[in-house]
Amino acid sequence: MEIAVRNIKAVTKRELVAYFTSPIAYVIIVIFLLVSTGFSFWVGDLWDFGDASLTWTFFFFLPWFFVVLAPAVGMRLWADEHRQGTIELMLTMPIHPWHAIVGKFLASSVVWAIALLLTWPIVWTVQYLGDPDMGPILSGYLGAFLFASSCVAISMAISAFTRSQITCLLISVAVCLGLTLLGYPQIVDQFMKMLPANVVDGIADLSLMSHFLDMTKGVLVFRDILYFLSVIVVSLLVTNIAIRAKRA
Amino acid sequence: MSGSLRTPASDRRPKNYEMISVQNLTKRFGTKLAVNDISFQVGVGEVLGFLGPNGAGKSTTMRMITGYFEPTAGHVSIDGINMSDEPSRAKEKIGYLPENAPLYDDMTVLSFLKFAADLRGLSGSAKTTAVDKALETCFLKPVRNQSIDTLSKGYRHRTCLAQSIIHDPEILILDEPTDGLDPNQKAEVRNLIRRLGETRTIIFSTHILEEVEAACTRAIIIDKGKIVADGTPEELKTKAVDAGAIEVRIDAPSSAAAVEAELGKLASAKRVSSKNLGEEGGAFTGCVIPKGKEKAGKLASEIFELCMSKGFSLTELHQNPGRLDDVFRAITRTGE
Repeated sequence: MEIAVRNIKAVTKRELVAYFTSPIAYVIIVIFLLVSTGFSFWVGDLWDFGDASLTWTFFFFLPWFFVVLAPAVGMRLWADEHRQGTIELMLTMPIHPWHAIVGKFLASSVVWAIALLLTWPIVWTVQYLGDPDMGPILSGYLGAFLFASSCVAISMAISAFTRSQITCLLISVAVCLGLTLLGYPQIVDQFMKMLPANVVDGIADLSLMSHFLDMTKGVLVFRDILYFLSVIVVSLLVTNIAIRAKRA
Repeated sequence: MSGSLRTPASDRRPKNYEMISVQNLTKRFGTKLAVNDISFQVGVGEVLGFLGPNGAGKSTTMRMITGYFEPTAGHVSIDGINMSDEPSRAKEKIGYLPENAPLYDDMTVLSFLKFAADLRGLSGSAKTTAVDKALETCFLKPVRNQSIDTLSKGYRHRTCLAQSIIHDPEILILDEPTDGLDPNQKAEVRNLIRRLGETRTIIFSTHILEEVEAACTRAIIIDKGKIVADGTPEELKTKAVDAGAIEVRIDAPSSAAAVEAELGKLASAKRVSSKNLGEEGGAFTGCVIPKGKEKAGKLASEIFELCMSKGFSLTELHQNPGRLDDVFRAITRTGE
């Protein structure tokens, strides 16, 4: 266990240094901050919304940014290892492939944790404007972090199959977008017209969006957290399968 | 290359101890059989040269020995530890330089070596010492803070080599360690291998046959996934077609053709082959192949006596020890 922690730490550290010595992390974080705060002020109408909560003015838009930007963080994780051939170095070190997988995933979710923490001024803004209920805000942030981490995990799994970052990016965006749209109210309404209610519920249950919206409303349901964690775990398992397949 | 290297535990082991044991190793990619049921052992302190044409299965074999590829069948054991059963313990004993020296381009040399040390479980002062020693051994001090993507090919290779020796492993597996280097760098790496080989077990693959002669205690030639030859470089060389032939240069007052005719009449001579390309007066250059390798000595004295009696002047005479590249070509061409 001690060895696992040591190895995971070493891999996470390397990946974090790689993110922050190249422009990639900065570019993604800056874009994310600009669009997320920009949308909440201009599109979300934060000033005049008349409600000191962030559910519809801020959190509601985040999934769309995650869908595009999270794969940009995750795409290099294994694609680069394949392209540079360093996967051969990594996997002939006395570490378990799981240490590398978990280490890489943690590094990319730390990038998102940093990005989300940097949006905190928007919380100060609503605190200045009114008296917001901090419960939904905190659970919304947790949901946003889990959402971004899920997208990163999905793109990491896809990057384990390819050496091309751009292929990984496109496929990951498509998969994350699909998983998000499944629970989007308008899409659910469309499904309602065609399919029986219980089937639609089942489909919407698979969506990242519906679980996220629950959490932004302050309904911190164990079920939603469990859902995001299982998306992450399944993605890590798929990553492991892809890596094994390349070596078998 | 400089730097003192610790004597690893291999000294404590009996001379014939098998550090690497490969049993019936097979690797299949789809329908293609890359490595076909090969077995061999490498003892303590052996430096084994791995030879073979491109695509013969050298890299695939090395990747299975280092635990990167899972064998389709057969097994590898490293110092008695089965690679499939206890991969981490087995990998600890190996330092590996993969083909083309892959590196993380976004790191500096120093941070890369520190990362390698971390994964090897080194920490604190042991880590600092190990990194320093690897930098020194591979002459990387001048570029230690340089980003890897700005390094020349020679430095890249040495950085990856430094990574492989950072934990002072008992076993080194080097896949084409001199590929793409200039002659000076090749000589440096070759010297380093020879020096590391004094206290370690090494397998390295190469296309360059002089390297095998210069650095190996044993060579294996592999072709189409099978071992086709295994022995010391000297043993392998005697398998060359013209190994043992007597090469001569004889100046004669008459013509070269006359000398050739006289040589052909010698009792121990099987065949004479002339290397004269055009008019060179009365000088004959070529070789005389003896009737069997054991007759070579007798043939040499016959040539000498012939020259004495006929008044030829013998300006050159030596026995061809056999050339490894002749053996290599002869062996790896069969069955085409």
